[in-house]
Amino acid sequence: MSDPVIEVSDVTRTFMISAGFMRGKKPLHAVNGITLDVERGEVLGIVGESGCGKTTLAKMMLGLLPPTSGTLRLDGKAVGSADRIEVARILQPIFQDPYSSLNPRKSIGDIIMLPLRVQNDPNPETWQSRAEAIMDLVGLPKRVINNFPNQLSGGQRQRVAIARALINRPKIVICDEPTSALDVSVQSQILNLLQDLRSEFNLTYVLISHNLAVVEHMATRVAVMYLGRIVEQADTETLFKSPRHPYTEALLGSVLTPVPGLGVPDTHLGAAYPNPIDPPSGCTFHPRCAKVMDHCSNQVPPTIGANGTMVECHLYADGLGQKAKGKKTRKGKRK
Amino acid sequence: MAQPILEIENLCVDIKVPSGLLRAVQNINFSVAKGETLCIVGESGCGKSITALSLMNLLPRTATRSADKLMLDGRDLRGLGEREMSDLRGNRMAMIFQEPMTSLNPAYSIGNQLEEAMQRHRNVGTGEARDRAVFLLEKVGITGARGRLGQYPHQLSGGLRQRVMIAMSLMCEPALILADEPTTALDVTIQAQILHLLADLRDEFETSLILITHDLGIVARVADRVAVMYAGEFVETGTTEQVFNAPSHPYTQGLLRCIPIPGKTKRGEHLGAIPGIVPNLVGEMQGCHFASRCSHVHDACQSGHIALRASFEESHQYRCVLTPKVCAANSKRKVVA
Amino acid sequence: MANVSLARAGIPTAEEILEPSPGAMLRRRIFGNIGLLFGAVVLLTIVFMALFAGVISPGDPYDQVLSRKLIPPIWHDGPKVTWEHPLGTDALGRDYLTRLFYGARISLFIGFAAMLISGVIGTTLGVLAGYFGGRVDMVVNFILTTRLSLPVVLVALAVVSLIGSSLTVVIWVLGLLIWDRFAVVMRSATQQIRNLEFVSAAQALGCSTPRIILSEIIPNIANHLIVVATLEMAHAILLEAALSFLGLGVQPPEPSWGLMVAEAKGLIFFDSWLIGIPGAAIFILVLSINLVGDGIRDVTAPENRN
Repeated sequence: MSDPVIEVSDVTRTFMISAGFMRGKKPLHAVNGITLDVERGEVLGIVGESGCGKTTLAKMMLGLLPPTSGTLRLDGKAVGSADRIEVARILQPIFQDPYSSLNPRKSIGDIIMLPLRVQNDPNPETWQSRAEAIMDLVGLPKRVINNFPNQLSGGQRQRVAIARALINRPKIVICDEPTSALDVSVQSQILNLLQDLRSEFNLTYVLISHNLAVVEHMATRVAVMYLGRIVEQADTETLFKSPRHPYTEALLGSVLTPVPGLGVPDTHLGAAYPNPIDPPSGCTFHPRCAKVMDHCSNQVPPTIGANGTMVECHLYADGLGQKAKGKKTRKGKRK
Repeated sequence: MAQPILEIENLCVDIKVPSGLLRAVQNINFSVAKGETLCIVGESGCGKSITALSLMNLLPRTATRSADKLMLDGRDLRGLGEREMSDLRGNRMAMIFQEPMTSLNPAYSIGNQLEEAMQRHRNVGTGEARDRAVFLLEKVGITGARGRLGQYPHQLSGGLRQRVMIAMSLMCEPALILADEPTTALDVTIQAQILHLLADLRDEFETSLILITHDLGIVARVADRVAVMYAGEFVETGTTEQVFNAPSHPYTQGLLRCIPIPGKTKRGEHLGAIPGIVPNLVGEMQGCHFASRCSHVHDACQSGHIALRASFEESHQYRCVLTPKVCAANSKRKVVA
Repeated sequence: MANVSLARAGIPTAEEILEPSPGAMLRRRIFGNIGLLFGAVVLLTIVFMALFAGVISPGDPYDQVLSRKLIPPIWHDGPKVTWEHPLGTDALGRDYLTRLFYGARISLFIGFAAMLISGVIGTTLGVLAGYFGGRVDMVVNFILTTRLSLPVVLVALAVVSLIGSSLTVVIWVLGLLIWDRFAVVMRSATQQIRNLEFVSAAQALGCSTPRIILSEIIPNIANHLIVVATLEMAHAILLEAALSFLGLGVQPPEPSWGLMVAEAKGLIFFDSWLIGIPGAAIFILVLSINLVGDGIRDVTAPENRN
């Protein structure tokens, strides 16, 4: 059974970054050949360290950034060709920082009703009541409709952002670190709300977060990103119980659960996250990998598995032929 | 217990704001022993950073500090002038800030800044200071330390910068390090490394550490003792085991229910929540500061001053009218989903 | 319905409003800023004088009575001093107070019109450069650098002497020359706002680019715009005075303040009030406009928020 609402196939996004004074520009592959399906109704968690390309991927899904190569399909239609308004009807974002994601000069009512106005909704007389209904749903008192963002707390603002995203009944919501700017006690309120809204509206979530505990709690499937590639994908239970990629293992190892007496884990990852302009050869993770083998530094690891469960690592390759093949295709892509 | 490095009694910080006097820190008491780690945990606006700044005497001009006792290493910090304080800062007590990006001066090489940190307080030559800098950079896990001395902050990643900051704080072998959210700006993997490093260095140099954070995971793993701060007050203090295994104050209990814990909270189930918002700290406040958000609130909470009381053990204290027995029962109760 | 189920789910809804509305906070800060209040009162007085010059002035600005020339203002002693001419008369016997009122009209009109023209040009260029960046930014920067390399007064002199002088010419010359500060400030303000997430949010909602610029960007840079506008208006008024003084601005017998200074310069040692009064008027007008501009910047500056 496969019913993808977002199909990302072999997408690459390259930025030209100045390498230094008088040294010209160098390509930075923020997203480097990602293939990923988001199934209808699932919560796909995307995790990885900062600079791994997860936000760039989200921006491309939202149509805010065109891919350098590859295609993104949304509900069967290619994102690039579809109207922005069309995309907005299906897909809505919730951003990280509720302090900068709301226009400070607009009232809460105006902010929440903006999607209706942009979509040229045919029934302007219903806007007010629909805004009030959605505010009720996300737990905002009706009386704040004429207030301004600076009058609300961080949690309330994030509720406004959620109301704005949901008023047009999208199918998919992309949550980019939805709670990382919030206090612990507010974070749990927002996570609970997102859970409730999901079952209420049959939503599909793409949840981008560096907080693995949040991802574990919310997601049904997780994709782990490292240096522009997805290195492992699996359903949440499998991934957290038996991670396969050494990087996933290290990530999970560094989660600090509030259990006293365990001490701080040692991740053996080394200090430096590699410079994405100049990524390591072969498997880009090999300089930090605890299970590095000889050929990791010169051979690109093959992709093993498909259909939402995959890992990209030499440890799980069965024959050399496959490795060589993997290397060949990836090299071709990079050009 | 050995002679404490830092002893504080009745520390108060008031800040003048247009609408009155903001009582940011109210009558907090604590002490830190040699080699001990105290974690102050709380949400934004609870006064935890102000507490740290007040110890360093780095408060904004509009703030005033008062205390009945403020002893570092047997020396009274009250009434010390700016000159004497700056002799202590970086020397006997050092601070590590949240943003490694902005707490290093971009105009000087890291070697320069490390040497300066030492020569400011010690009568040593450049060579000796440089040797110490290399020694400490290697200690904090920076490879090729001697070659790195000439590098500038922008050439280092966030994790490396925070390591440099830690090395800098250790240059003069301070008795006490204050770390204010030292890993909040960093990735989880780097966070684990930095915390590991801090713990190792604390053990090796027998430095006392005050770690300020909002992350209960960090607290549980690093702290010897914990102080939970809410609205300017300590609401619960005790050893890490006491606070995490038998949280007594309703706020601590609420916080611990709020966070998802892999393997413990059930996926997709509701997390606990603390309704309402932090009270306004301007002006005098009656009764329990947490009363407006507490699910066990009753009449006794609304008036007077709620004092800290001992839980089952004397070293575990909390600020609530409920008896330890009731609190223990509350902490076991399931969250209303 | 759904909301019932959520309410039961224990999602807290009641949270207090933390702050007064932006409007209320702005009002509070405006009335706490003495410079702004003082400047605004003076400026409004001058605007009132200009608007109602025809009603409140004692005479006609062009009416020459040579028999009553060079009467000193009333604070001087002398046989000719009279309350009929509170500020005296000039060398052609025209009532000086009347000419001052009408002159305010011209100064303010030129300042306002030139500011409007330069504001439209500068803001358009600056916002486009800040919003789109890249090539657009490069082109705008090139135009801006070119403009900055032109000395304003010299170009204005050259143009005016080439095509002749009139009120319209002066306004257009000034308007086309002083848009640089608008462009610079608007560009950096737009760049700042553009990177905030609510702009991305508007894009993700499907807002068109003109809509984003007009309803998301412009309202958030409006405070900068007002500040620059006041400063540029003062700038234009000073430039007009300078041009008129050099005889290349407003032409006689129009009562421009700069021209009044110029006409009186021959008599500076004999009847110094003739030069002092319009000079003081220019000074007070520019000062009040600058006070208002500074005040607006202070009450809307982000560091004053919260």
